[in-house]
Amino acid sequence: MVTNYFTQAAGSDNSTAPASKPVADKCVVKNLNFFYGELQALKSISMTVYEKQVTALIGPSGCGKSTFLRCFNRMHDLYSGNRYDGEIILHPDNENILSRAVDPIEVRMRIGMVFQKPNPFPKSIFENVAYGLRIRGINKRAILEEKVETALRNAALWGEAKDRLNDLAFNLSGGQQQRLCIARALATDPELLLFDEPTSALDPAATASIEELITDLKNKVTILIVTHNMQQAARVSDFTAYMYVGELIEFGVTDTIFIKPKHKQTEDYITGRFG
Amino acid sequence: MKFSRRNDAKSEDMKISAQNMDNRNDVVPAYKSLRRNFRRHIKERIIESILFLAALFSVFITFAIVYMLVSESMVFFEHVSLREFLTDTQWTPLFDDAHYGILPLVSGTVVSSLVALAVALPLGTIIAIYLSEFAPFAVREIAKPFLELLGGIPTVVYGYFALLSVTPLLQYFFPDLPGFSLLSAGLVMGIMIIPYVSSMTEDAMRSVPMHLREGSYATGATRFQTAVKVVVPASMSGIAAAYILGISRAVGETMVVTIAAGMQPNLTWNPTEPAATITTYIVQVSLGDLPHGSIGYQTIFAAGLTLLLITLIFNILGHLLRKYYREVY
Repeated sequence: MVTNYFTQAAGSDNSTAPASKPVADKCVVKNLNFFYGELQALKSISMTVYEKQVTALIGPSGCGKSTFLRCFNRMHDLYSGNRYDGEIILHPDNENILSRAVDPIEVRMRIGMVFQKPNPFPKSIFENVAYGLRIRGINKRAILEEKVETALRNAALWGEAKDRLNDLAFNLSGGQQQRLCIARALATDPELLLFDEPTSALDPAATASIEELITDLKNKVTILIVTHNMQQAARVSDFTAYMYVGELIEFGVTDTIFIKPKHKQTEDYITGRFG
Repeated sequence: MKFSRRNDAKSEDMKISAQNMDNRNDVVPAYKSLRRNFRRHIKERIIESILFLAALFSVFITFAIVYMLVSESMVFFEHVSLREFLTDTQWTPLFDDAHYGILPLVSGTVVSSLVALAVALPLGTIIAIYLSEFAPFAVREIAKPFLELLGGIPTVVYGYFALLSVTPLLQYFFPDLPGFSLLSAGLVMGIMIIPYVSSMTEDAMRSVPMHLREGSYATGATRFQTAVKVVVPASMSGIAAAYILGISRAVGETMVVTIAAGMQPNLTWNPTEPAATITTYIVQVSLGDLPHGSIGYQTIFAAGLTLLLITLIFNILGHLLRKYYREVY
């Protein structure tokens, strides 16, 4: 499918296109509205998340970027009174994951998530990573060991963790815990990985390692990341969406958004004049 | 223009605040000595002393009870050796051929408690998991007060419930069951303890932060998987404390076993037999007409001390468990 972004980019400035290879759609959001009870938190959002690319959601606090992110794995289903309206079409199934006919558990089986605060379970490092596999009924030791090692390697934690797999996960440092949570999400081979401000609770060194990891991961998995840190969005993402009070103001190639934003408001936010 | 208007507004503000200051000066004196306020100091000290005395009182009572039990037991142990007390298999202090072996009472206590815990711990935990992880808000708001009401029913009512309802019901299934049995008393005791276990367990589970649950749901876990694999392990220290409380209640429970378990000391591990527990024996003797100071009367202090030691062991165990499973979210 030919995407909007190519036509847009071609129209404005050809040199800002990030990739020469064609980019496939992973998720197409169409007219998404979201309500916390009576309160409308998202207002008719339409955009595309491209496969094996990093898409960043930026905007001031309370703009709905986390709310938007949590629609992708139906996290809002856990609380009563929330309502979705609109579509998020997941490819290659071409199915609306917000539909009532879709089981949120099946969605979460394929879409992983990493949270703002590292949230390892009160278990060993090994069992934390193996958690999603055990949930899927995989209990063979050999398979678990192989998957756990791969996930920890992909999360750049294997070197530090391989000799202490049976230690309690809380004994790791904050940055290590967050990488453990990334390993936990990676262990089940998700198609899309959601990051909800993954570095906001971490120090600069740990932040740098997580950012590096995200850049490495994008060859393997599609990534959607919420961040309040614009430099981070600029560093790690291929596409950026700027949101403001529940609305998507601007979406496009990260370089374009940061160098030549079309909207004055986006420019003001990015240059730090407000937000 | 704009500037001057702002200036006007400011001077208006200042006028108002000046007025306020004037008004305040009527109530609060402008100057106060920085010296220590003697009256305030005395008041604080009095309040502090009252609080201290209240705390001291509970400590004092505890020590007084322990002192009484130990000193009276000493009189008993002058007549009966500790060895006899712990190894003799008969407890017949009121007979001509007196035996002073605590084992029959301990066995009755242990068996009735085990039956009670076999009911209360699993059921209490299941109820807690339901209320904390599954129940919609409305259901929880209705179910919790009812459950707590269960804990407010007088134990003597439970005793008659065991004797007059549960025993006949059990006899319907087991015709050989005697009219008094540890089984019947233990089952009802278990029902009685459920609210203590479930309420504390639920509190512990609800204090597990939501982001831990979300982490589990995000991997595709169901509610039940999240409850059992994440929430229960995360609240283990609270759950252990709830279980220990349940055990202490079962061991110390008096009324239900007095009414429904029969009062004869009987060294048995079979719950379908009647037997006495430590507590029932103490009731029996305290209400009897034994002369004070007689060796028979003195036995209840030794029995009471044994009971205290058993509950003390469980409390220490609970304390250690809580430290071991300390929550680190």
